[in-house]
Amino acid sequence: MSPVEPWQRSARSLAAEVRAGRLTAQASAESGFEAPAARWERDVHAILSTDRSARARAVAEAPMQAVLSGVPVLLKDNLCTVDHPTTCGSRILGEWRSPYDATVVARLRQAGAVVVGKGNMDEFAMGSSTEFSAFGPTRNPYDLARVPGGSSGGPAAAVAYGLVPLALGSDTGGSVRQPAAFCGVLGLKPTYGRLSRYGLVAFGSSLDQVGIFARHVGDVADAYRVLAHRDPFDASMREGQAPDVSTWDAGVRDLRFGWPANLWREGVDEAIVAALERAAGWLEHAGAKRVPFEFLPGTFAVATYYLLATAEASSNLARFDGVRYGLRARSDELTTLYTHTRGEGFGPEVRRRILLGTYALSAGYHDEYYLKAQRARTRIVREYAAAFARCDVMLLPATPTLAFKLGEKTENPLAMYLSDVFTIGANLAGIPGLSVPMGLAAGGLPAAVQLLGPADSELRLLQAARALEAEGRSDRVPRGYEREFAWPGK
Amino acid sequence: MALSRAEAARIAELARLHVPESELDRLALELSTVLDFAATLNDLELGDEPLTAFAPAEAPLRIDGPDGRTLNDGEDGVATANAPEAEAGFFLVPPVVEDLEP
Repeated sequence: MSPVEPWQRSARSLAAEVRAGRLTAQASAESGFEAPAARWERDVHAILSTDRSARARAVAEAPMQAVLSGVPVLLKDNLCTVDHPTTCGSRILGEWRSPYDATVVARLRQAGAVVVGKGNMDEFAMGSSTEFSAFGPTRNPYDLARVPGGSSGGPAAAVAYGLVPLALGSDTGGSVRQPAAFCGVLGLKPTYGRLSRYGLVAFGSSLDQVGIFARHVGDVADAYRVLAHRDPFDASMREGQAPDVSTWDAGVRDLRFGWPANLWREGVDEAIVAALERAAGWLEHAGAKRVPFEFLPGTFAVATYYLLATAEASSNLARFDGVRYGLRARSDELTTLYTHTRGEGFGPEVRRRILLGTYALSAGYHDEYYLKAQRARTRIVREYAAAFARCDVMLLPATPTLAFKLGEKTENPLAMYLSDVFTIGANLAGIPGLSVPMGLAAGGLPAAVQLLGPADSELRLLQAARALEAEGRSDRVPRGYEREFAWPGK
Repeated sequence: MALSRAEAARIAELARLHVPESELDRLALELSTVLDFAATLNDLELGDEPLTAFAPAEAPLRIDGPDGRTLNDGEDGVATANAPEAEAGFFLVPPVVEDLEP
């Protein structure tokens, strides 16, 4: 068996090699841009921007004795960076360059990580397939005819095919956990307010949270430790210290995991139900206890979300008006300048959501839609609180289906929205969630499960994911890499 | 509920978003579909549930002055560097006030 190449390694192992002087940060950061990983990018299109000289500068500035020294990281393109453009997957930002780094990006750099580029995404993070990127879709590395999920499809696919061991996305309704599930990698949405949103271009401010993609649980834990700190520039941060996740490998003995089986009685792929049964069995084998109960169907969360998130988006995206940055439509009259800049600059899904949110907030409909959705949100928060009085974490699907085909849902907005039926609740309740890969289903597509916990339960989520990883080896990479990385099965 | 073509046009106007005439019917239909789905919230019998907020009870404050990270720390032109049109540190827009001649 050939030795393990840098692109196959975990972030922890790369950083350890770099700190010990056995691998240069340059070789580490460039590993995914060389064969064989480089071959994949041509087909997958995970990257929106990168260039060799920016990478070289980032390597030169990275501290060499830090947690993530030399670890290459791809960022979703709605995280502001001074050394790469930030497009949000939209045409409306034009050639915009951020004058500052997002706080999470600055933290990564201080910890030695090397930002190697920006990842593809649905425009302004609105979508579940990355097909609504203005720069063309990303494809699923396990099946190029299928979507990688979204909206953080580029970062998820890049971690899956081996460009980087670590990537950041954003999760407003599942945009980290859903693509992680489709691409067979881990995807953490932290507790609302634990990671700074300063420099994350806002979509739904009460729901947005920066999330972490990796192939190894220990890498998620390391990134969380680096990123989860207070930031005076984000007024919505949670008070107190973030949970200490250093004991992510301490096991799940006596952990109580909720089992809301009514949620997957119908409408969920057999392969995902099988993955749930397998995960539950592995957790029990590792000493955890299953607690069955019924839970509120996710369709209510979807209905609530598509009123609240769109209302917040209609307000947040008002700033794209052709005056301070980005595209400007030619006009000698101000209102027309606004309407035409926005009409030409925004793609179809962003337009739909801005209009839906504008309607939900408009005079005469505000009570019927926006306020009702806010009350429903409170109900959903209570449902989770009641569940977590009975268990420590919940085990449930991340998605109702395996990765779907390109074009399958772009013409049917509601069908696309319903692919987030299992992820949206966590955003409404502000709680953390983690997608955990469970190997490949028949047909070769990744199947995943999701763990949810109460606010600040990141350690328990990581411990449970680690138990699944230890039992099943969830570090598999896509077709074509089998010789290097075998899935031993169970 | 079915949204009319006129209502769709009115929302687009409120949102300062130009939508071509030819797309209004389709847009009204798409929005209606989502709003119909949102009506499932009526099944929850919400009564007078309070509203939800996650922001800290007290807004954290920071120093009201230069701190090395904000954009107006003497870095001339940083704020207008990305503007489609700017002059002397100002954003340029078409005239807003009509001709004031009597």
